[in-house]
Amino acid sequence: MIKLFSRAWMAAVYAFLYLPIVSLVVFSFNESTLVTVWSRFSLKWYEALLRDEELLAGFTLSIKTAFLCGLLSVVLGTFGGYALVRFTRFRGRILFGSMLNLPLVMPEVIVGLSIMLLLVMAQDLLGFGQRDMLTILIGHTQLGMAYAAVVIMSRLRELNPALEEAAQDLGARPLQVFFLVTLPLIAPALLSAFLLTFTLSFDDVVISAFLAGPGATTLPVVIFSRAKFGLNPTVNAVASVTILVVTVGVVLSALYEARLRRRRERERRADWEEPSKLSKPTTTNHEWKLTEETR
Amino acid sequence: MSTLRTRAGRRLIIGVPMLWLVTLTAIPALIILQFSVSQMDVATLVRPWKLADGVLSVKLDFNKFVFLFTDPLYLQTYLSSIKYAAVNTALCLAIGYPFAWFMARSREAARPALLMAVMLPFWTSFLIRIYSWKALLANNGLFNNVMLHFGLIHEPLHMLNTQFSLCLGMVYTYLPFMILPLYANLQKFDVRLLEAAADLGATPWQAFWRITVPLSKNGIVAGSMLVFIPSLGEYVIPELLGGPETLMIGRVLWDEFFGNNDWAMASAVAVVMILLILVPMAVFNKFQNGAAEGEKR
Repeated sequence: MIKLFSRAWMAAVYAFLYLPIVSLVVFSFNESTLVTVWSRFSLKWYEALLRDEELLAGFTLSIKTAFLCGLLSVVLGTFGGYALVRFTRFRGRILFGSMLNLPLVMPEVIVGLSIMLLLVMAQDLLGFGQRDMLTILIGHTQLGMAYAAVVIMSRLRELNPALEEAAQDLGARPLQVFFLVTLPLIAPALLSAFLLTFTLSFDDVVISAFLAGPGATTLPVVIFSRAKFGLNPTVNAVASVTILVVTVGVVLSALYEARLRRRRERERRADWEEPSKLSKPTTTNHEWKLTEETR
Repeated sequence: MSTLRTRAGRRLIIGVPMLWLVTLTAIPALIILQFSVSQMDVATLVRPWKLADGVLSVKLDFNKFVFLFTDPLYLQTYLSSIKYAAVNTALCLAIGYPFAWFMARSREAARPALLMAVMLPFWTSFLIRIYSWKALLANNGLFNNVMLHFGLIHEPLHMLNTQFSLCLGMVYTYLPFMILPLYANLQKFDVRLLEAAADLGATPWQAFWRITVPLSKNGIVAGSMLVFIPSLGEYVIPELLGGPETLMIGRVLWDEFFGNNDWAMASAVAVVMILLILVPMAVFNKFQNGAAEGEKR
């Protein structure tokens, strides 16, 4: 009875989460101009999409911005996350941490407004601050680095500090340790952070709308302004394309991560079975062993 | 070892993000504060400070704030934003808590796939998913068509651009933000505690209120904050799914900025909104620190 109820509850929630996505994709193949009434199968809205200059330009700009935002966010997020996890005491640490986390909870209208007003001031006092792709990129990265830092910090926390110390003992300079030891160890987290921030940037409407100039409009801003005035089948087509791209990307990265996890587990089991290969730390570090086993 | 080099690397790693954060968080915050006490003169801003002949004179103008607190429309908007955010949080909790519980109790092998299925819609464009609800809820939309077809209703229900569609869109968007922290919390829950409670004569309901809920308090608080705070400032959902009578602060801020070009007013609206958010954020931080200390003990 309880089993049945729990199955039904879960099925209902999943149906709720997927219904709009499925219906959107289905209706993108609808012949009718009405988005809500099915007539027959057709690819004409995909054809229309290929001729829609505004959507295509928005798409290109969005892809470029999202890619650069992903890179920049990962760099800044890694630095910020590393500073917070590894340097437990420095001046302004609390301020640093809260400024880094702020965009996670701040409503986007405020983030957009604040950066917009900063640009206004910059233009006023220094004479630059033209709104274009660069300003959108800055705004997105402000949001993206916070998310990247969260992902990277959780990986850094479960990393064994002894590995970094060992490298240092063997004569590596701190920057060498960072680039040769730490970075390769957190590489999977960097990839997830990149994918996450890419998606965030590719999806963002509010910040983009504040920071977009006349010549630089991202895809979501175009979609949003059309959606405000009603439904449009071409939007269904472009939406279905993005859904396909994102789903493939996410599923691939999830499979990759699962494979990594399985491999790590296999290696660990092999270590247990063959005592000769047992990678025993020279110093007994109980904390490290604990985290390895409980992971 | 070479402490100088260590310090240089350390400075680089702290300094680069610090510079970025100060430029794009701290300075803009001060600018918003400055703009909120400035005057607007036909779409040009009159600064509150003036530097003439080496003398700095400051003239603060609190008119915008006075206006904000005397005009009933703004007060109503703030209150109604709080109302929608609270309703959204309650609904997400009511739907998400059982869901997270069932997910945490499902077969261990199935859990990653179930979790992934919750995350996947989150990865597809939020805007597009909200847009899709418009087509589902419209008067000639899928829901109405299906219900008309089966004779459940005789004329289309007006669902789009109402309080109902706004709440539905908000719950739809924020549900995963509630489920994920709750799941992370409930996954660690020891079911034997419930068995013990039953052995001691507790009804399932008592056991739920006196054991499960207190133990999952941190997950509930985290999820609620992740839903409540951003939904306070929501702009896109009320714009696409809400009606003219569904007032929310995000929309007012947007209209002041883009519609009226009143940057001072938009800043004042933002300042009050930030103050409003600080309260739940402080509560959240206190809770998190308390939880961290509890784990240490």
